[in-house]
Amino acid sequence: MTEQPTLDVRNLRVEFPGRHGTVTALDDVSLTIRPGEILGVVGESGAGKSMTGLAVQRLLEPPGHIAGGEVWLNGRRIDQLPEPQMEKIRGREIGAIFQDPLTSLNPLFSVGRQLVETIRLHSDLSKPAARARAVDLLAEVGIPAPAERVDHFPHQFSGGMRQRVVIALALAARPRLVIADEPTTALDVSIQAQITALLRKLCKDHGTAVMLVTHDMGVIAETADRVAVMYAGRLVEIGPVAEVVARPSHPYTRGLMGSIPTLGARVPRLAQIDGAMPRLDAIPTGCAFNPRCPLVQDRCRRDRPDLRPMGAGLAACWIDPAAAATETAA
Amino acid sequence: MIPHTAPSALTVSAMTRRFDVSAPWLNRVIERKPRLFVRAVDDVSFEVPKGGCLSLVGESGCGKSTVARLVTGLYAPSEGSIAFAPGPDGRPLSVQMIFQDPYASLNPRWRVFDIIAEPLRELKLRETEVEIADRVAELLKTVGLTASDGRKFPHEFSGGQRQRISIARALASEPDFLVCDEPTSALDVSVQAQILNLMRRLQDEMGLTYLFISHDMSVVRHMSDQIAVMYLGRIVEQAPTEVLFAHPRHPYTQLLLETIPNVTAPRRDREPQAGEVPSPLKPPSGCTFHPRCPQSDSRCSAERPEMTTMPDGSRVACHRVEEMMARMA
Ligand SMILES: Nc1ncnc2c1ncn2[C@@H]1O[C@H](COP(=O)(O)OP(=O)(O)OP(=O)(O)O)[C@@H](O)[C@H]1O
Ligand SMILES: Nc1ncnc2c1ncn2[C@@H]1O[C@H](COP(=O)(O)OP(=O)(O)OP(=O)(O)O)[C@@H](O)[C@H]1O
Ligand SMILES: [Mg+2]
Ligand SMILES: [Mg+2]
Repeated sequence: MTEQPTLDVRNLRVEFPGRHGTVTALDDVSLTIRPGEILGVVGESGAGKSMTGLAVQRLLEPPGHIAGGEVWLNGRRIDQLPEPQMEKIRGREIGAIFQDPLTSLNPLFSVGRQLVETIRLHSDLSKPAARARAVDLLAEVGIPAPAERVDHFPHQFSGGMRQRVVIALALAARPRLVIADEPTTALDVSIQAQITALLRKLCKDHGTAVMLVTHDMGVIAETADRVAVMYAGRLVEIGPVAEVVARPSHPYTRGLMGSIPTLGARVPRLAQIDGAMPRLDAIPTGCAFNPRCPLVQDRCRRDRPDLRPMGAGLAACWIDPAAAATETAA
Repeated sequence: MIPHTAPSALTVSAMTRRFDVSAPWLNRVIERKPRLFVRAVDDVSFEVPKGGCLSLVGESGCGKSTVARLVTGLYAPSEGSIAFAPGPDGRPLSVQMIFQDPYASLNPRWRVFDIIAEPLRELKLRETEVEIADRVAELLKTVGLTASDGRKFPHEFSGGQRQRISIARALASEPDFLVCDEPTSALDVSVQAQILNLMRRLQDEMGLTYLFISHDMSVVRHMSDQIAVMYLGRIVEQAPTEVLFAHPRHPYTQLLLETIPNVTAPRRDREPQAGEVPSPLKPPSGCTFHPRCPQSDSRCSAERPEMTTMPDGSRVACHRVEEMMARMA
């Protein structure tokens, strides 16, 4: 495939220097997203999913910084651009939906005013035209009675409605890349379906590339083309979504799939991966998952595995998937 | 499963809450806009048995968080009543809430340790600083964090980690009744499983009672004894969990169960649900679900349905269900 990816992240490393030494929050993360493609990003809480999105936008909270690797957007390297140029890229070329809807909205202004400002910042629409577009955008994300709602303030909306306003804001400038961090977590299933359908439509109609961070595997399975699985700041598996869901290669991904509550009968206790993800300042040598891995071998405690072809994608695991499959079956 | 005869911890009767969302007075006069009210919660009644778990589900904006805030006293009802049963020692049950938005509910200038220690100090649940420190460490461990995380500030944590901090704080005050508004929505499935298992364990060991809000039907199924389905501020169906999943009766409940994304059989062609989601600013007449309902007729747009009680314990507000029951009687 020769098509240029919209986003190309190469060996990205993010560090947080602190009093007790430097913490590596992202370690050697590489991924690409092509135009019109949705890449799902999943992984345990604290694995570095939000951090990856923030690093791409260069919105890391100091002292956090990119300590290695490259970020390319539409064939242009952006990780070293001066801040004023980066500012132009945010909002116009990269639309962001942050995990926390309240921080993206100003409580003092009506949502209409915030939308109109964003639209006019990135286009030459007149004020009335921008307002009409704002109402359209609210309708697109499923806000009922958008013509009235446009004048309301954030606190007058429900949690899920605020989230949809944030989505409308991110899409206002029709960006080429959308980074959506848990865009549907606060939403019920019918609105969720509407938002994911909207994301898919954007990809199809405008060739928008989407990085979709969520822990909802159902949403990933129904929305994403490929999925990246993160653990302790590293990428452990990446591949076509249907394959990763049906035949996960990495033992962590398998555990993740196992802990999804099913709609089948109520079980007394959900399966859980025992133990906790290591703290970032105490990542074990070798494979970061080794203390919790049911298939751990000596080598896993010694050497860090790189991503290598496994199944239909890539996984960072020393253990041969075929052998592993028979072992789990046993 | 809690039998129906268990004494109720909470009884809510005919509770309504309106919000004034009118434009400012001057705009109303100049632009001739009428006053505008949202009926966020409309004539809602339910009971939560002691040691049980009632879940509220329904579309975004249907009034779930408003019910939660009314129950915890953060809003006063416009009409109706909310009554908690007395606790074991005669005092009222202590109620705590886990908020939908974990960021907004954590003081950004406090260290996590102090956030969790506050209820311990406030309610004098632990005497000495050493005891307080031990308890905070224990609570942090319970939610999958470590004692040394107490030194950090909320912004140094990921979304799911912050949600766990707010769960730890809610548990710190040893409540009898916990209102959980989307407590696990920011958690990945493996941490979610740990938290849900913990909540079930607390229920078994300490008899904790829950009012639980989640849009994730599989989580709701795992947690609750009873489920109440809300639509535009009203409860349209309430049933024991297994009854609701086996026989969803209200057409809205049926639609809700059908829309759940599925990992094992994903539907990527899924079209957004037909019919516009109505606005609580201008609720439709009669049964408010009628514009989206495949079974609606003229009666539905004219007359508001009353609750019909079914033999298996479910209560449904739907003309079709009521007519079917009448034919069978
Ligand atoms: N400002 C900060 N200073 C130090 N460490 C931080 C800071 N922000 C985040 N971290 C740490 O970086 C790690 C990755 O955080 P990130 O927000 O990317 O997690 P995530 O995968 O998005 O998790 P979640 O699903 O819970 O949102 C976490 O362990 C977190 O504690
Ligand atoms: N303080 C307020 N002022 C005005 N309107 C409000 C206020 N709080 C809630 N509302 C309105 O009441 C309705 C119900 O809101 P609520 O937050 O209870 O919904 P919800 O069911 O929790 O939705 P979600 O799943 O999106 O969190 C919404 O239409 C909302 O706009
Ligand atoms: Mg996050
Ligand atoms: Mg809510």
